[in-house]
Amino acid sequence: MDMKWYEKNGSDGEVVISSRIRLARNLEEYPFPIRCSADVRKKIAEKVKDAVLNSNSVISPRFSCIEVDNLGAGEKVSLVERHLVSPEFISDKSGDKTLLLLDDESVSIMINEEDHVRLQVMCEGFDLDRAYEQASRIDALLDERLKFAFSDTLGYLTQCPTNLGTGMRASVMLHLPALQSTKAMRKIAENLSKLGLTIRGAYGEGSEPSASMYQLSNQITLGISEKVAIENLKNITKQLIAQEMKTRETFVRQIGVQDSIYRSEGILKSARLISCDEALKHLSNLRVGVTAGLIKNIPLDLINRLIVEIQPATLIHYTGQQLNPQERDAVRATLLRNNLNG
Amino acid sequence: MLCQSCKNKQATTHIKSIVNGELTEMNLCSECAAKNGYGNVFEHFFDIGSLMSGFMGEPSSLAVETHCPNCGVTFAQISKGGRVGCAKCYDVFYDRLLPSIKRIHGNTVHTGKRLRKPQLQSGSAAVSEAEPAKQPSKLDILNEKLKTAIEKQEFEQAAKLRDEINEIKNSMGGNQ
Repeated sequence: MDMKWYEKNGSDGEVVISSRIRLARNLEEYPFPIRCSADVRKKIAEKVKDAVLNSNSVISPRFSCIEVDNLGAGEKVSLVERHLVSPEFISDKSGDKTLLLLDDESVSIMINEEDHVRLQVMCEGFDLDRAYEQASRIDALLDERLKFAFSDTLGYLTQCPTNLGTGMRASVMLHLPALQSTKAMRKIAENLSKLGLTIRGAYGEGSEPSASMYQLSNQITLGISEKVAIENLKNITKQLIAQEMKTRETFVRQIGVQDSIYRSEGILKSARLISCDEALKHLSNLRVGVTAGLIKNIPLDLINRLIVEIQPATLIHYTGQQLNPQERDAVRATLLRNNLNG
Repeated sequence: MLCQSCKNKQATTHIKSIVNGELTEMNLCSECAAKNGYGNVFEHFFDIGSLMSGFMGEPSSLAVETHCPNCGVTFAQISKGGRVGCAKCYDVFYDRLLPSIKRIHGNTVHTGKRLRKPQLQSGSAAVSEAEPAKQPSKLDILNEKLKTAIEKQEFEQAAKLRDEINEIKNSMGGNQ
């Protein structure tokens, strides 16, 4: 099987962890999900499944179908932690949630989310064009066999008017430790919202997101073509990359920062119990150390993979057994030691 | 619903988060949301429901409510939840939805990718289908300009427009 996107390090990997394209689509003949009966939701799931799994495309056999309602709570949360589905998709209780997942986990199709179809393509690093091409190909595949709700003036019709038009949300996950340290993020966020973009913490809550990971995405979907929206996002991302790298030059020369980096390496390589939050903080520092050349022999793709694998539900998913919080912290510490002391 | 934090103001921000694998949901007022770091950036994301009801205005209780013939939803229901009932609703309530659509996107007309029409199989077919729709609109504009030019007695301009119109008419004749 191919490596998963989160196990790889892509272009501009010092700052950009991953790129994502999400398209919202609805079937014309049925009401939007909140107005659907259980019977109708089942019909929708069958239709979309059939369109994906029974097409003549070479990609069809690579999809597997997951009935999300049948999963345990931990497995559901792990899907969110691996960025395969939205938190809403697993918390909404209306039922008939179906997920079509490509073998390398780069494509996920959520059925009966906020819209009938939410197609998502993820890839490592800064590569929105590749993600969009793939999304577009699968969209065309669906378009051949399904009749999407579309209006000449309003474009693709969606349950929430915020997605009207292209129905496209493009986003990049950014690691911005140096910019975060300068307290510049609030100002950056304000300026971005004026440009029709939004930035928010990718992990944790509050104004200082864990691991300094941020999600930058487009807000506006109507009156702007997919291409232009992606170009805008790319341009702003490039500026943020440049700002972050420039700030990092002086950031990593500070003795205090270097001390944190080496301490983090020490803790990750020797701790016996470690919480998810603490591990994220240290992995973020380690990432900075690796990109600055202070820490050798630890590849960025390993850090990217660990950031996903140490998440609580994913940890349980991979170990295959129920764990209490302390056991979880012990398993996490072991996982980190084994991988980083190689 | 009241804010879970101050238990005083109306909750306007709904926050779902996963911390240590546990999904928690919170309903906060805008002030408590801002205090918890969900201000500014999040406003546009989570506040659509109240944003829409604010901008769409509450319908008069005396008026007979229009129901969407397809899904049965009224405009009041859409406005309250910030969710549209079905594709047909966008036709039925177009005029009333438009202000909030404009407010959200700053635009009201789609310019992105178009649905691939099933009858258009090859690229050349798509071009010949698309052209007749485009040409008359340009002709209409030129005809309108010609009319104005004649009214204003700008004959030089009118002659130019007439030539342009004839050229387009000829090219369309050639295609058919």
